[in-house]
Amino acid sequence: MNITQSLKMAVKSIMSNKLRSFLTMLGIIIGVAAVIALVSVGQGAASNITTQMQGLGTNLLTVNISGRGVATSLSYEESLTYAAVPGVKEVSPVISGQVTAKNGTDNVTVQTEGITPEYETVRDYHVQAGRFILPIDIEYRQRIALIGTGTAQDLFGTSNPVGQSVLLNGQRFTIVGLLASKGSSLQSSNDDKILIPISTAERLLKSKGVRSIYIQAQSTDTMDSAMNLIKAKLLNKFGSEDAYTVFNQQDMLDTASSISNTLSIALGGIAGISLFVGGIGIMNIMLVSVNERTREIGIRKAIGAKRRDILTQFLIESVTLGALGGLIGVGIGFGASKLVGKFTSLSVSTSWNIVLLAFCFSLAIGVIFGIVPANKAAKLKPIDALRTD
Amino acid sequence: MSSPQPLIQISGLSHWYKMGDEELRVLKDVSLHIHHGEFVAIIGPSGSGKSTLMNMIGCLDVPNEGSYRLDGQEVRELSDNRLSAIRNEKLGFIFQQFNLLSKLTALENVELPLIYRGLPHKERRMLAEQSLERVGLSSRKLHRPSELSGGQQQRVAIARAIAGKPSILLADEPTGALDTNTGKEIIQLIRELNEQGHTIILITHDLTVASQADRIIHIQDGVIAIDGGARV
Ligand SMILES: Nc1ncnc2c1ncn2[C@@H]1O[C@H](COP(=O)(O)OP(=O)(O)OP(=O)(O)O)[C@@H](O)[C@H]1O
Ligand SMILES: [Mg+2]
Repeated sequence: MNITQSLKMAVKSIMSNKLRSFLTMLGIIIGVAAVIALVSVGQGAASNITTQMQGLGTNLLTVNISGRGVATSLSYEESLTYAAVPGVKEVSPVISGQVTAKNGTDNVTVQTEGITPEYETVRDYHVQAGRFILPIDIEYRQRIALIGTGTAQDLFGTSNPVGQSVLLNGQRFTIVGLLASKGSSLQSSNDDKILIPISTAERLLKSKGVRSIYIQAQSTDTMDSAMNLIKAKLLNKFGSEDAYTVFNQQDMLDTASSISNTLSIALGGIAGISLFVGGIGIMNIMLVSVNERTREIGIRKAIGAKRRDILTQFLIESVTLGALGGLIGVGIGFGASKLVGKFTSLSVSTSWNIVLLAFCFSLAIGVIFGIVPANKAAKLKPIDALRTD
Repeated sequence: MSSPQPLIQISGLSHWYKMGDEELRVLKDVSLHIHHGEFVAIIGPSGSGKSTLMNMIGCLDVPNEGSYRLDGQEVRELSDNRLSAIRNEKLGFIFQQFNLLSKLTALENVELPLIYRGLPHKERRMLAEQSLERVGLSSRKLHRPSELSGGQQQRVAIARAIAGKPSILLADEPTGALDTNTGKEIIQLIRELNEQGHTIILITHDLTVASQADRIIHIQDGVIAIDGGARV
């Protein structure tokens, strides 16, 4: 007997009990749909994180100074000498701290950073209204500030903050610029912040030195060598590797994408388990079906069916169940990811690889979980099978 | 005309079932020859071992002891696959309970053995329609068993048994589930098939049915008590 005949028999048998077939497939349908939807969400999150990381600026090194060791701090003037390190394009030292910002009765605690004009290009922050901090502001310790859209909303509502003044820890600052919105990163909102000249910040934050330095390399190629030179310079200065940390943006990207890959795998794994459970469902129903159809098997054997014929008949039946469930699951999973992408803030990216993988997996499940029942059917002795009713 | 060698050669055949520790001997040292074209009826009381013997002849089971040669081949030595092929090519079964597949139409039921034989679709259709015609059921070929009367179902079963043109037809109480008149028609049909060349082995309780046969074998308690009219 050939495969088309077996396929016809399998389809006939599946169609003759539609509700049961559907319920049998339900596990596979849900499993495949879940794999596709969850992995799509996971991968969407991954590509989201990557874009955000890239939004921090390109070829970026971040030095954080915790101040343990021989020397405990680095003045901002000294930090500027890192710009002379070969391979470095620009350096943006930052002094940061929490400050109470007040306008009339509105008052918020906000992350405040003392910066230099290089911050604009190195960190890729720009103003949407007003002007950025200029070298002259640093030189004269001007009490001016740039404000993020989030903080501006908190303090000034919908009115334009540029030109207004704000009290930072009781000192009056004039707002000269409104930052363009950056959205939120993993840790916090990029829009809830105030930027002031670094020289002014030294006093306002009573800080002895810079907390972080953002360093932009000339190109991706010079990243590593620049990073090593900077590390050497820092070690020379602090005398201990504990006093500072240096991040490479690429490293962070790698970390982030490995986290999100882990997320995808975990989500896929959970969904995979439900696919597996679906497979057990198929096996269960196939076993029941073999029992119910013992007499049918006996009749078929009596009129000449070979073991192989019975085996393929039941195997094709379970594979067809798996494939059909897989197809419906792919449809639902695809639709679900589209809906999630449309109606929630989650970003979703469905790759054909995962669709194909999930479908093949459901086929494989049809085979693997069909073998036991099919083998059971094939091994029945015709005389015993005919005697049951 | 007929080959010198009997179609069915049974000698010293014994069979028993294990019931726990005890052995229930159902066939005891049975010897029997049946030739091409014979019409044999097997009768005997309930539980005497008629069906068991029939299952042996039909290659649905193999004897515990003794020899059974079908067309000169020792059945005990054949593989499971070969037995399936032999059932498909040489044997046709007619059961008391018809044993049609309820999800298939009459025509599909008749086609089934031909599918397992691996015949192409067209040839299958043709043979199946021919044998439905031989049992006078062409007009019902698209009906399912549940839409047919008992007699009609048994006719479909007979059509299925003869579709593959087997040399032997085995009928285990084919009239057992039918009323007297319908039963008579079925026996008449079986007679005609015998006249057309099929070797028939028929099990029955009914002496009037058995009297249609050329040869009547009485089985009692697993042994052949009387073998009337055996050709030697
Ligand atoms: N699979 C089996 N296991 C155990 N005992 C069996 C089995 N099949 C048949 N028997 C026993 O073998 C004996 C003969 O059975 P068989 O079916 O051959 O009788 P029979 O002559 O066909 O009877 P009936 O006219 O009632 O059909 C019976 O006693 C039956 O109980
Ligand atoms: Mg019987």
